[in-house]
Amino acid sequence: MSDLGWVDTALIAARPQAVAALLRYFRDLDTAEESFQNAALRALRTWPQAGPPRDPAAWLIMVGRNAGIDQVRKTQRLTALDDERAVSDTGDAEAAAAERLDDSQYRDDILRLLFVCCHPELPATQQIALALRIVCGLSVGQIAKAFLVSESAMEQRITRAKARIAKAEVPFEAPGAAERAERAGAVASAIYLMFNEGYSAAAADAERRAPLSLEAIRLARLLLRLFPAEPELMGLAALLLLQHARIAARFDADGNAVLLENQDRSRWNGALIAEGLALIDKSMRHRRPGPYQVQAAIAALHVRSPSAAETDWAEIELLYRALERLQPSPVVTLNRAVAAWKVSGAEAALALIVPLEGPLAGYFYFHGMRGALLAALGRAGEARDAYMRAISLAGSAAEAAHIRSQLDSLSAPAKVG
Amino acid sequence: MLYAILCYDDEAAVSAWSEDEDAAVMQRLGVVQEKLERQKRLGPVARLVPTTAAVTLRKREDPIVLDGPFAETKEQLLGFYVVDCETMNDAIDVAKELAIATPGVGSYEIRSVRFFNGKGAPG
Repeated sequence: MSDLGWVDTALIAARPQAVAALLRYFRDLDTAEESFQNAALRALRTWPQAGPPRDPAAWLIMVGRNAGIDQVRKTQRLTALDDERAVSDTGDAEAAAAERLDDSQYRDDILRLLFVCCHPELPATQQIALALRIVCGLSVGQIAKAFLVSESAMEQRITRAKARIAKAEVPFEAPGAAERAERAGAVASAIYLMFNEGYSAAAADAERRAPLSLEAIRLARLLLRLFPAEPELMGLAALLLLQHARIAARFDADGNAVLLENQDRSRWNGALIAEGLALIDKSMRHRRPGPYQVQAAIAALHVRSPSAAETDWAEIELLYRALERLQPSPVVTLNRAVAAWKVSGAEAALALIVPLEGPLAGYFYFHGMRGALLAALGRAGEARDAYMRAISLAGSAAEAAHIRSQLDSLSAPAKVG
Repeated sequence: MLYAILCYDDEAAVSAWSEDEDAAVMQRLGVVQEKLERQKRLGPVARLVPTTAAVTLRKREDPIVLDGPFAETKEQLLGFYVVDCETMNDAIDVAKELAIATPGVGSYEIRSVRFFNGKGAPG
């Protein structure tokens, strides 16, 4: 880190809290964002000489608020907000310790900011882009790169999202308990989607898309700090950490995906695993299971197994059953079939996926799995058909290549007709 | 004489480091550790995972487990253990044994270790 790296780091760390408080003052995303930028610029000028303020977020909120008030006055001669206090330019804003927010205010501010960005009325891609811009502070260019679109397209997407938010009129009073839980749930699913945008990238894009996964982990930790006793949020953070821990082992040198069972476990990230396992362990003590916890528990079983061969598939199958109950979906059943194959054999697994033929007719992984099961049962002709169908649905060259290698390993098909 | 050196910093700032920055910090710390190790003065070194992954065992007749880190300013850090445990529940069980063995109130904060460098240590 450069000598002044600490200024950048402090600004990144304080950003969610500061922007969230400024949003409460100004009730407008653009003003909140601009006043934070002004405060950050002033911090870059004064902190290197004056040293870090004791509470960087409080400093940024005070300076940002004054900058924002000046701005608003210039444009519309607004009457002063309540509780206005002048702050000198010399950076002693932290003296205004009275401004320190109590914990619940802090929580509602940040939750509101997250919720505004992840508002259910926005399409998922706009939610993610807005959260990355406003909460995480990524530049439009960085976000455009992660989404593999042009900067102007991303600029437009963010502008549209902001316009929609302005119309949605998010209430600014402190939310009730039920509303708070609802907001946290909406934010959690946006964080999950953000993570998957990065995690599901093909090898060629993985590096450019990695910030999506990393920022999602940061936001999951942030949300957990707001709700430290909420087991599903522990589960979400654990799930993201345990998945991301395997990132370095997921592609080989040629960019082909490496299946979990073939991954080099020494390349998994031990620090993220330690954190993820602690979180899933502590979430399960609450005995209030939810979809994120169950998925994290499955990831934890994989990670805890010393080798692929020693994986506890019976337990994984049970967890997928639990997930089917909590969140029924054909894809979950397909995943259960993978575990069932290991536990009860290919015949049983095939029986499990036959009913999925309709809902998953256009799903690459369904046909790949069906082909593999048929091949294992010696039904090479049908396996070939299933593999061909999978190749036609492959989303990337790597996926198609993987199925083609499966096809090659099939014995010659039985002559038909 | 042995000294324990306890490290404090703003967790939000530390977790805002990029992976490269984090690695660079660990590398610089490693240089200091190596020097101390050559001088045979270094005991175990541990870096803990974030406090969001912590639980706290509060000592009472029937000890209770709370989510989150220790946050009682009226009590002071008196010592610490590093124990090899399969799961967090096992670590909590160990803390319960310690709680039963000591009188009075107090707490045990239980944190997972993400980096450990200790000669002849568990794990």
